[in-house]
Amino acid sequence: MNAMPPPKHRKLSLKERYAHLTRGLSWETTYQPMSKVFPFADYEGIKIHDWDAWEDPFRLTMDAYWKYQAEKERKLYAVIESFAQNNGHLNVTDARYINALKVFLTGVSPLEYSAHRGYAHVGRHFVGAGPRIACQMQAIDELRHAQTQIHTISHYNKFFDGLHDARHMHDRVWYLSVPKSFFEDACSAGPFEFLTAISFSFEYVLTNLLFVPFMSGAAYNGDMATVTFGFSAQSDEARHMTLGLEIIKFMLEQDEGNVPIVQRWIDKWFWRGYRLLAIVSMMMDYMLPKRVMSWAEAWEMYFEQAGDALFNDLSRYGIRKPKYHEVASKEKSRLSHEVWTTFYNYSQATAFHTWVPTEEEQDWLSAKYPDTFDRLYRPRFQCWSEMEAQGKRYYNPTLPQLCVVCQIPMIFTEPDDPKTICFRSTEYKGEKYHFCSDGCKDIFIYEPEKYMQSWLPVHQIYQGNCGGADLKDVLAWYHLNFGADNFDYKGSPDEKLWNEWQAQRSVNEA
Amino acid sequence: MPVAAIGPYEFASRDRVENFHGNQIVYWHWEEHLMFCAALALPLKPEMPFRDVIEKVLPGCYGQHPEFAKIDWSKVTWMLDNRPFKPDLDASLAANHIGHKSILRFWTPGLNGLAGAAF
Repeated sequence: MNAMPPPKHRKLSLKERYAHLTRGLSWETTYQPMSKVFPFADYEGIKIHDWDAWEDPFRLTMDAYWKYQAEKERKLYAVIESFAQNNGHLNVTDARYINALKVFLTGVSPLEYSAHRGYAHVGRHFVGAGPRIACQMQAIDELRHAQTQIHTISHYNKFFDGLHDARHMHDRVWYLSVPKSFFEDACSAGPFEFLTAISFSFEYVLTNLLFVPFMSGAAYNGDMATVTFGFSAQSDEARHMTLGLEIIKFMLEQDEGNVPIVQRWIDKWFWRGYRLLAIVSMMMDYMLPKRVMSWAEAWEMYFEQAGDALFNDLSRYGIRKPKYHEVASKEKSRLSHEVWTTFYNYSQATAFHTWVPTEEEQDWLSAKYPDTFDRLYRPRFQCWSEMEAQGKRYYNPTLPQLCVVCQIPMIFTEPDDPKTICFRSTEYKGEKYHFCSDGCKDIFIYEPEKYMQSWLPVHQIYQGNCGGADLKDVLAWYHLNFGADNFDYKGSPDEKLWNEWQAQRSVNEA
Repeated sequence: MPVAAIGPYEFASRDRVENFHGNQIVYWHWEEHLMFCAALALPLKPEMPFRDVIEKVLPGCYGQHPEFAKIDWSKVTWMLDNRPFKPDLDASLAANHIGHKSILRFWTPGLNGLAGAAF
């Protein structure tokens, strides 16, 4: 006996599927008022009149999402596996390159995980189903990025120092308080500020300055594993950038009263993001044995030109370019040098190595920075080389003053005077607070109660909260291996191992 | 401006002076000598004589710089918290009105850093 064939359902169109799997999963609550179910929706002052006006340009549904991501994972892990089997680490340009990965794994990968938590949180708290679903997918993306980065870079951990405990270091090591506090500032804000901070200012406006240099840097320096996780993340990044622009336009279109709030957040998070990227400037100009482009060139291309187009577009909503963008442009020919020389000062307490650039590298810097390098920075390296040659490699023995907002040592110079440190300060409730810039000072003055809680590593050491008073005690508390992870590249176990491999290679070739 | 928050939002400063076990933080910055990339943060007793900082503390901080030994301290010009300042070397930091998280910037005439690079 023939069974009745199942009734034929018409296949849903993409648009219908999208509607069912996003809007169709949302409802007006009745047991509890909506304001109690979504307690974070209003307090930031952003007014939304019609959540359904949110347009998701990707129309991505969860079932399609799983399919795409699974495919990307399969490809990525095949590459990672073959990289490991073929000893891919032997093909990088120079072991100094690995130090860029150390900075990335300890400074950036934990941010991916923080982003996962942040998007999961706001994905719960938006009233509208459209942004809620977009945030939930991004939360999963970010978790995936953290995982793939850790898996990829773990191969290098078998051979090189400083890569063994990134998660722990991120929470404790002095310079890692810069990215950590940046993200905690965003995650502890409301959902709309969080998206302005991370989706718009960071992912949309500034991300090209982070990912392009790292990924092309990896490609130029023979690190195919890192290139592959970059590619694997790229299509996600396109979605994240779109979310960033969408949320801004959505807020601006919903209510005119939102414009000044959004502008203030753009000002704040442009400056916070720019300060965070200081470490990328150093990576580009100093840490890649084979350079891609200079920080100044990247800033011109990705911020000055691309930013001009973006903010022209947003000007019809009454949004202007972020405050102090001109200061960032003035700093472009000194930023990387000020940052690298700072880490050179304090390499006794870092989980990566620093070094004096070679003559050839200094010539490259001189060509890229004709106005500043020979005049201001080459003499520093000459002096430090001489000290090193006398067996007195320079380390700064005293802890530096930190900016209360960005938490970077107060190393930045006056916008119009690269020889004088920029000091800004204010008093709040009878106590003094210090800042590296007008940008950071403005952020404090608007919300002093937030930043007076800053966990400043230098002050925490002096308060006795970091394992002890001696350098060795503090480094043990950081989980840094003294004598291996820290100090100059010259004389490091990394260098020794690399040189042995190179010697072996020449023997094999002969 | 208060923080936009879902409830009362008031906190004590994490770096209030009571947290430093009898010390106060004082920042020192030798201008035109960027071998030291930023001002230094030192935990010091408020009753410490100013002269002791110069003679017993700063040499350990700045001694690697070839110009440090040449400083004539009677000729140094000072700024305390953005105001011109003349220290009483034999008085304590507190008596010199140097408080918690005060910043002292000093210039050493004739000693302007190496290679004309403020280094």
